[in-house]
Amino acid sequence: MELVLSWLKEYVDVDLPLPELAHQLTMLGLEVEDVRLIGLPMPTGENKGFTFHGLEWDKEKFVVAQVDEVMPHPNADRLVLCRLNDGQGEHTVLTGAPNLYDYKGKGPLDKPLKVAYAKEGVRLYDGHKPGFELTTLKRATIRGVESTSMICSEKELGISEDHEGVMILDDDAPTGAPLVDYLGDAVFSISIPANMVRCSSMIGLAREVAAYLDQPLRMPDLTLPKGEGKVSDAVKIEIRNPELNPRFVAGLIRNVETRPSPYLVQLRLKLSGMRPINSIVDATNYVMLEAGQPLHAFDYDVLVKRAGGKTPTIITRTAEQGEKLTTLDDVEHTLEDYTVLVADTAGSLSIGGIMGGQESEIRPDTTDILLEGASWNFINLRKSLKYLRINSEAGYRLSRGVHPTLAEIGVRLCLRRMLEWSGGQLAEGLVDNYPLPYEDPTVTITTADIKRLIGIDLTAEEIAGLLRRLMFQCEVNGNAVAATAPPHRMDIGVGVNGRADVAEEVARLYGYEKIPSIRLDSELPPLRSNPKEERNQLFQDTLVSMGLQEVISYRFTNLEQEQRIYPPDARPQGEEYVELQNPIAVDKNVLRRSLLASVLDNLERNARLRERLALFEIGPVFWPQKGQLLPDEPMRVAIAICGLRYPSAWDQKDKGNFDFFDLKGIIEGLLKALHVTEVQFEADSNPSFHPGKCAVLRVSGEKMGWLGELHPQVMANYDFGEHTRVQAADLDMDRLFNLSPKYFETNPITAFPPVIEDLAMIAPENITSDEIVRVIRSTGGFLLKQVELFDIFRGEQIGAGNKSLAYRLTYQAPNRTLNDKEVGKQRNRIITNLEKELGVKVRQAE
Amino acid sequence: MSEKSSLITELETLQKQAEQELAGLTSESDLQNWRTQFLGRSAMVMQIFRRLPEAPQEERPGIGQFANQVKSTLEEKLATKMEAVKASALQESLQTESLDVTLPGRKPPRGRLHIQTKVTREICRIFGDMGFQVFQSPEVESDDYNFELLNIPAHHPARDMWDTFFTTNESVVLRTHTSPGEIHAMKAFNPDPIRVTLPGMCFRYEQMDANHEIQFNQLELLVVGKDITFAHLKGTLEEFAKRMFGQDVRTRFRPSYFPFTEPSAEMDVECFVCGGKGCPACGSKGWLEICGCGLTHPVVLQNGGYDPDVYTGFAAGLGIERISMLRYRIDDIRNFWRNDVRFLEQF
Ligand SMILES: [Zn+2]
Repeated sequence: MELVLSWLKEYVDVDLPLPELAHQLTMLGLEVEDVRLIGLPMPTGENKGFTFHGLEWDKEKFVVAQVDEVMPHPNADRLVLCRLNDGQGEHTVLTGAPNLYDYKGKGPLDKPLKVAYAKEGVRLYDGHKPGFELTTLKRATIRGVESTSMICSEKELGISEDHEGVMILDDDAPTGAPLVDYLGDAVFSISIPANMVRCSSMIGLAREVAAYLDQPLRMPDLTLPKGEGKVSDAVKIEIRNPELNPRFVAGLIRNVETRPSPYLVQLRLKLSGMRPINSIVDATNYVMLEAGQPLHAFDYDVLVKRAGGKTPTIITRTAEQGEKLTTLDDVEHTLEDYTVLVADTAGSLSIGGIMGGQESEIRPDTTDILLEGASWNFINLRKSLKYLRINSEAGYRLSRGVHPTLAEIGVRLCLRRMLEWSGGQLAEGLVDNYPLPYEDPTVTITTADIKRLIGIDLTAEEIAGLLRRLMFQCEVNGNAVAATAPPHRMDIGVGVNGRADVAEEVARLYGYEKIPSIRLDSELPPLRSNPKEERNQLFQDTLVSMGLQEVISYRFTNLEQEQRIYPPDARPQGEEYVELQNPIAVDKNVLRRSLLASVLDNLERNARLRERLALFEIGPVFWPQKGQLLPDEPMRVAIAICGLRYPSAWDQKDKGNFDFFDLKGIIEGLLKALHVTEVQFEADSNPSFHPGKCAVLRVSGEKMGWLGELHPQVMANYDFGEHTRVQAADLDMDRLFNLSPKYFETNPITAFPPVIEDLAMIAPENITSDEIVRVIRSTGGFLLKQVELFDIFRGEQIGAGNKSLAYRLTYQAPNRTLNDKEVGKQRNRIITNLEKELGVKVRQAE
Repeated sequence: MSEKSSLITELETLQKQAEQELAGLTSESDLQNWRTQFLGRSAMVMQIFRRLPEAPQEERPGIGQFANQVKSTLEEKLATKMEAVKASALQESLQTESLDVTLPGRKPPRGRLHIQTKVTREICRIFGDMGFQVFQSPEVESDDYNFELLNIPAHHPARDMWDTFFTTNESVVLRTHTSPGEIHAMKAFNPDPIRVTLPGMCFRYEQMDANHEIQFNQLELLVVGKDITFAHLKGTLEEFAKRMFGQDVRTRFRPSYFPFTEPSAEMDVECFVCGGKGCPACGSKGWLEICGCGLTHPVVLQNGGYDPDVYTGFAAGLGIERISMLRYRIDDIRNFWRNDVRFLEQF
C-alpha cells in the first residue's frame, strides 16, 4: 500500500518530520519499507533507518508556468515553440511533446495550458535514456532556435516513466508557484499486516495516524446533491444469500461524459501504483484507495436493454456449478457453485467483488452508470479468488474483510467524484439492501486483564482513553471497560478472542517500546529429559570426534535420485513415498526414504574437490504407513567415506585408501560410545553393497542396518571422480539409541601386572575371526581381559585354503599377580577348544 | 735426592704429551680413545705402578704418589675437556637441527558439525540457561496441527502468509513453521507450566534464490504459565539478543500479525554489521528482523488444553539460517544444504 502524504493530509493534520512519521507508522504495525520523495528535499539529520529516494525540485528553477500560445518551429515539423509565462516573464520554449501538436498554430490560447517548467542549470532525469539517469539542463540550439529551459514530462521529474508528452496540469495550478509547493509529495510504501486491511486506504491510514497523534479525523463530505428521479425506481436489488452478500448499495448517475480525470487525481492514482483510465473508472479506483471500499460501475443502458426496457433487477446469487462468465479482461471463467455472482434476470453480470463482466463494462461512450458498493463474505470470496487465480486490488481488500458500513460511504464518495469529474445528473438517493447488518462486537476488558496480559498498570479510564482514540465506543464501569468496536473494522472478535484483540490495540497504541522488559520469574516447569536431542548430540559428537564432517540435506528428492543406491536390476518396486502435490521442481517431487542416498549425493557433489572425504548425516526419512495419516519419520544415521585414509601432507607418502575396515572401525567407535553390548557384524548381502564386502550390524540380535563397500554397479550410478571405492553405512539411529544404556559399569584399574601371550593359529578360510574370538573368550574365563587380532597372513607354507591369524591375549587378575601356571592352564584349554570346535590349529612354539 | 728418578721423568713427559694431545681433541670418540691411551689398563701411567719395583725402595712411595697425581690430573683435564666437547657438540647440533617452521603442519583428520547444528545448539544453550528445554516434533504435519489448531482456519486470509507444500493427501502438509510443536508440547505437558525451544526443519513453497530457500531451520519458543506477560516476552528476547549478538545490542519491538499470537510483535535487532547506519545486510534499514513473537493466542492455549482465563503464554520464532548469514556474512542461503565442503570446512 502506498501512502501519499498530501492525500493523507486531507484527513488528518500531520507535521512530523518524514523519518519520524515513517518510524511512528512502523511502530503502529504499518511497516514502512521505503519512502519515495516527489520533489521534496531529502530529510536532514537522523533517518531512523528508513531509505528515502527521489529527485529534489529546486524551488527557484522548477515552477508552474502557463503556455499561452503554441507556435510552429520554423525548421522542424516535429518541434513546436511555446510562448510561456513563468510568473516572472515571458519565454519561448522549444519542445517536441506530441500532446502539444493539437494546439499548434491556433494563435493565443483561450485557456492557457499549465505546465511544469524547468529552468537552465537544473538537475533532472534524462527523458530519452532508459531508466532514471540524472542530467543537467543546458543551453542548446536546436535547428537554429536557442533553448535554455524546458517543459517537463513526468519522467524528467521522477514522477513516473511516462515520457510520451509533457505534463499538462490542472487549470487551477498557480502560475509562478514553485512546483514542489504545488506537486511535491512523499510516498510511503507500507506493508499492511493481514489483520489490518482496514488500513489499506488513505482514510484508514489517517485513522491510525490520528489515533497516534490524538488528532481529530476529518471525514470527507458524504452528502449527495438532490437528484432527479429516484434510484429505487430505476433498479431493484435482490440478495439471495445474505451470509455471502450482507449488503448491496447502488447509486445511479445519468448523462456522464467519460474524459481524462483531473491531473491531480491521475497523479495520485499513479503514485498509488494504479493506471488512470478515464474519469469514471478512475473515480471507482480513487475512492477505493481513499476509503477502502471496492466499487463497481455498470453501464446502466446495457442493464435496461437486458431487462427488455423494463426496470432492471440486480440479483446476487451463487453460480450454478459450471456456469461461465467472461470478465472484462476477456477471460472466460468456469465458476464453482459457492462463488457469488452479480446477475440480472438475463444472466450473470460480474463476479461479486472480484471482477466485472465484459458485457456491462464501462465504455468511452457510456452515459448512464449504475454504481455498486457491496460487502461480501471474505472467506467465501477468498476461496473464489484462489481457484479463479485473480489478483486485484479489490480482491485483496474484500478477501480480508471490508466492513459493510464502507459500502455506503464508498458509493456516496464515488458518486460525488463522478459528478465532479464527469458531469451528469444524479438520481435521487441510494438503493441500500442490507439484510444482514454487521454487529460490531462489544468486548469487556479490565485493568486486571491488561496487567495479566501486557504487564502494565493502566486505569480503566486510561484504557478507555486509548481505545477511544481508535474510535472504540467505551463505557467505564469500575475496573472494567466495555468497548464496542468502531464500524470500520472486522478484526475484533468476541469472548476470549475479543479480549486478546482489544488488549493488542491497547498495547499497540500505548506503545510496545514503553512496555517494560522483565526476565522470566515464574515457576520453572518440571525438568524433563530431551531424549531426542541427547540422542542426536551423542551421534553427532561421536562421529565428529572420529573425523567425519556432518552434512544436512534436502528432504526433497525424486525417485531416480533415490534409486541410484541400487544396481539397475535390483531396484525395489512399489516403495511408497511422501509425494508432493505442488513440487517446486520435478526433481524435488517426493521426500527421501533413504538417508544413504542423501549422503551419497553429497559425496558425489564433493568427490572432485577432495582426495579424502568422510561425511555423515543424521536425520529423518519419510516412510508412509498404511492406515496412518502421517508418515513415520525414523531417524537414521548414514556414513560415506572414500579416498585417502590419512590427509596428505608435504612429506606424507602413505597413499592408503579407506577400506571396509576403516568404516567398520568408525562404527565400532560409535557403538563403543553408545556402550551397547552384544554387537555382531555378520557377512550379509544387500543390493547396494559389494556381495563380499558387506555386513549387517546386529545389536542384541536386532538388525541395525548395513555397512559395506558400494556395489560396483551402484558406483556406476554416481560420478565420484577419481574415487574408485566408497564405503558406506546406513543405520537405525532410534533403535541403536534405545539399546544404549544410560549408565554402564566401568572396569577397575588394577595395579597387578597383566600377562600377555600371543597365540598364532592356522584356520580354514571359512572360519571367521569372530568365531575364533568367541571360542577364545568363552574358554579364557574371567581372567582373560582382552583378545586382539594383530596379524593375519596367507601363504604356501600354511597351505592353500588356510589363513594364519595371530591374537594377543591379555590376562589379568584384579587382586594378585598371575603365574605362568595359571595362564598356561587357560592357554591349553583354549587350544583344545579351538581345535575341537573349529578345527583351528594353534602353532605351538617348538 | 738430587736426580729425579727416571720414572718420574717418564711420567712428566707422559703428562706433557697427554695434555698436548688432549688440547687438540674435539670429539667425544677421540676423547674416549685418548682415555684408553693414557688412562686405560695398558696405559703408561698404569704401567708405572707395575714398574715400581724397578725403582729403588725408598723412591717408590714418591713415585707412586706422583703417578697418582698425574693420573688424577689427567682425569680432571679429561672431565673438563669432555664437558667442553659435549657443550660444543650440543651447540653444534642445536645449530644444525633447526627446522623451517614455516612449512605447513600435517592436518589431522578433523570432523565438524554442520554450521547449522552448531548455531542451533548455541541458541538452544542460551535459552537452556534461561530454563528452556528442547522439544521436537515431526516435519510432516496434518493440516490440523500446522494450521487449524493454530487459529488459522481453512480459507482464512492469514493462510496467505505461508506458501505451503501439500502432499498428495490434501490434509497433510510439510510443516511451514515449528509452531505445530507448540500444540504437541501443550498437549504433552498440560497442565504443567511450559518453557521449551522447538528447533527444526520447516518448508515453504518459494522460488529459490540467494535469499529464499524451500527448506529452513526455525527455532520457536513457547512459554506457558499463570503469570506470563508481554513484558516477559520482551525481557526474554532482549536477554537472548544480548547473549547472541553482544551486550550492547539495541532491540525494538513493533506490532505485527500472526494468527497464533496476540498481541503480536516483530523483534528487530540493530544491524550489527553496520551499527544501524544501513548496509546491504539490513537492506539499508539499520535494523534486522530477527524474530516474530507474541502472546500465545487464547484459542491456541485452549487447543493445547490450557484455560486462557487462567494461563497466558508467549511464543517466538527465529530463522536460524538468517542468523548465520548475518553473523558470517553468507551471501547465499542455498549454501547451507548444498553441503559443499569448501563451505562447510570454513566453520
Ligand atoms: Zn546494516
